[in-house]
Amino acid sequence: MKNLSSNFKNVLLVIAGLLLAASCNTPGNAYKSGALAGDVASQVYVPPGEYDEFYAFMSGGFSGQISVHGLPSGRLLRIIPVFSVDAEKGYGFNEETKAMLNTSHGFIPWDDAHHPELSQTNGVTDGRWIFINGNNTPRVARVDLSTFETAEIIEIPNSGGNHSSPFTTENTEYVVAGTRFGVPYPQQDVAIDSYAENFKGMLTYISVSEEGDMDVAFQILLPAFDYDLAHSGKGKSHGWTFFTTYNTEEKATLLEVTASQNDKDYIAAVNWKKAEEYLAQGKFREVAANYADNEYDESTQMATSTMKNSVKILTPEDCPGLVYFLPTPKSPHGVDVDPTGEYIVGNGKLSADLTVHSFTKMLAAIENESFEKVVAGVPVLQFEEVVAGVVPEAGLGPLHTEFDANGNAYTSFFITSEVVKWKVGSWEVLDRAPSYYSIGHLMIPGGDSKEPQGKYLVALNKITKDRYLPTGPELCHSAQLYDISGDKMKLLLDFPTMGEPHYAQGISADRIQSKSKKFYPLEENKHPYATLGEKDARVERAGNNVHVYMTTIRSHFAPDNIEGIKVGDKVYFHVTNLEQDWDVPHGFAMMGANNAELLIMPGQTETLLWEPKTVGVFPFYCTDFCSALHQEMQGYVRVSPRNSDIAMTWKLGEDDPVQ
Amino acid sequence: MSSPLSFTISCMKKYPRILMIIAVLLLIGLFIFPMWRITLLAPQYPNGVTMYIYINKIGGDSPSTLQNINILNHYIGMKYIEPESIPELKYFPYIIYSVMGLGILAAVINKGKFYMAWGILMVILAALGIYDFYLWEYDYGHNLSDTAPIKIPNASFQPPLFGVKQIINFTAISYPHTSGIMAGIAIVLSFVAWKLKIRNEKYAEQVSSDSDAYSGVLMRSKA
Repeated sequence: MKNLSSNFKNVLLVIAGLLLAASCNTPGNAYKSGALAGDVASQVYVPPGEYDEFYAFMSGGFSGQISVHGLPSGRLLRIIPVFSVDAEKGYGFNEETKAMLNTSHGFIPWDDAHHPELSQTNGVTDGRWIFINGNNTPRVARVDLSTFETAEIIEIPNSGGNHSSPFTTENTEYVVAGTRFGVPYPQQDVAIDSYAENFKGMLTYISVSEEGDMDVAFQILLPAFDYDLAHSGKGKSHGWTFFTTYNTEEKATLLEVTASQNDKDYIAAVNWKKAEEYLAQGKFREVAANYADNEYDESTQMATSTMKNSVKILTPEDCPGLVYFLPTPKSPHGVDVDPTGEYIVGNGKLSADLTVHSFTKMLAAIENESFEKVVAGVPVLQFEEVVAGVVPEAGLGPLHTEFDANGNAYTSFFITSEVVKWKVGSWEVLDRAPSYYSIGHLMIPGGDSKEPQGKYLVALNKITKDRYLPTGPELCHSAQLYDISGDKMKLLLDFPTMGEPHYAQGISADRIQSKSKKFYPLEENKHPYATLGEKDARVERAGNNVHVYMTTIRSHFAPDNIEGIKVGDKVYFHVTNLEQDWDVPHGFAMMGANNAELLIMPGQTETLLWEPKTVGVFPFYCTDFCSALHQEMQGYVRVSPRNSDIAMTWKLGEDDPVQ
Repeated sequence: MSSPLSFTISCMKKYPRILMIIAVLLLIGLFIFPMWRITLLAPQYPNGVTMYIYINKIGGDSPSTLQNINILNHYIGMKYIEPESIPELKYFPYIIYSVMGLGILAAVINKGKFYMAWGILMVILAALGIYDFYLWEYDYGHNLSDTAPIKIPNASFQPPLFGVKQIINFTAISYPHTSGIMAGIAIVLSFVAWKLKIRNEKYAEQVSSDSDAYSGVLMRSKA
């Protein structure tokens, strides 16, 4: 069988593929000139003042954030700070949001964000939230799509690299978090060589409440394979989640060789409805753990970090029927479920073929107990009994598959650097289009949901080389937009992206646009240090702590002259933006502050800590151009010696304060 | 044949009173809907900033509209628009209550000249109200602070009373709104009531003097 080809042959194929990719780097090659033949500019042109048809949410990869682009223009609309501090917005620097980045390891200012996943209702993207995983220090974040702000970050205990995450179930009952790296369970001081014996792989289900609140519902203890990617079932397969694995060899060194030995690894099929039954029956172990759940409260505008101390763990031995392994060739990377929920595509990344399993056949194989063997209490189903078909030699290095609404699938091939379109069910290849260069994930709006909105496809490429003007050794990553409305894919546009986008999600604009908040009503501001009117602006000293209750409105701070601060004080500027209009944030920057600026949205309060070290008079000012008198929006703080008896005074204006 | 005709006549007799009551009811609109609307349009305000003037308050298309208008106005040193400091908003409602009471009284008395008197009273009050509105606009547009950050010689900042006017970067549009139009209709109705009542009174005289004049009445009413 082709998909059982020898490792030697695979290595040759890889080399051939790399040569092919390299040959694409010469400027003016045939692909390049041919791809853009004809007038495609009008298809991506969004006239000034008009809106894009889709929002695209791109993971920031090693930037830790999410970038929001419009499609088809590719225009960058916003960077949402999630796992990394963002000096531009004060995220992780101001006193309100520091707790968002708390973990059991303390404050962590960065992570590696891979897979954004929109919330769904009945298998359709609903525009409420977008989730994203933090891979390095395992976490899952939830971003509120009415404010485009991170609302919650929950840490995943007993995990070593949260990669197969945070793929949602059909009604966002759960988002999942499978560990990519096996780790000792429980975490302990053991020899790395004892990997197969002491290390485990944990799959985590995070429940999501109607309000969005995330909680670790349960974990499933499995062998220390690398759980790479996931997708939950939909329609008929609702109630199941599928996780790909590699390193079923359970090795801990030189994985590029040692973890590529097995001809087949597994797709783990998890029956989470069964898990709920076992939980109800009490067939779990409550195990001590230590992980942070950080929530941002929109009314107090304050993040709170809560340490949680236990998890419920299910094991296959105690819970028959909970997990099955589906043998799948060659270290499958992405696992993608077609819109009907019937077909489960295993993208065997070291293979030339795509293996597609049938959910119906899987259920029959389980019913008939067509087991090849049992691994750690998990039945391994017979390959022939579950496979629905193979897309033969479609390309090299298949990574991910998305779907359109017409029964077609689109698979990215990293090594041969192309997108291949094929027919679900007949497995025939219909079209192929080159990507520039070496595509990783690909995205069709709704392409992993029950209702793909398949008009465009975005290729998220790993290698950029000569696509843009050079910017020194480091280049931005490149996305490419294809029109997939016709029989043939048509390349429309290249556009640069932030960090390294792994996965992305797209959604028609109307599902988000109308719900987008314009400003925060002041009467709903429950921040404990809010100043709701200029007449309440004041400065209060409590020992060495000084609290400045400050307001901003075009175009002044109240107060803007403060005296009586002393060296060694900790000065907290609690700045409330009194504006109540769309798009009128004010910034606040204090000379010598060892953190960042504040960027305060209308109706919000944010706090900057400043610890003056020397005497003098230091200016502060508004950083966000707010009005014709923005340059005048400035003030001074006088810092006196520690032993000074200068009285604490503050003012705004020479006579009565301006209203 | 005489039965529907007499029905028509009896209805026509009731018309003036019904119209007067409708006129009074229309004035309730003043407490529900804005009577005037001023919209400011500028490139940065694609949806405009719209201020609504009620009989007893000033509002906008959002709770923060007045604040936003005041922020704009402070650059040129215009006084803040503060509904609390506009006494008319406090006593105008009582005037309307009184006028409504007089209207009901007129309907009870049901005499043509009372309807006329009510209509004339309303016209006078409306004229005074609009003149008062003009004075406020003049005051806001001309009484600018000496310390205004932006001073533009010879520029007129007074909003239009009725119509469209360019005020530096803003296009200001000022027109009556729902309850202003309702009050206008009330005035018209009171005069219609007066006219009909006079006719009815004349018919009554004719009917009493000439009981065979029905066809003539119909012809006249059609004409």
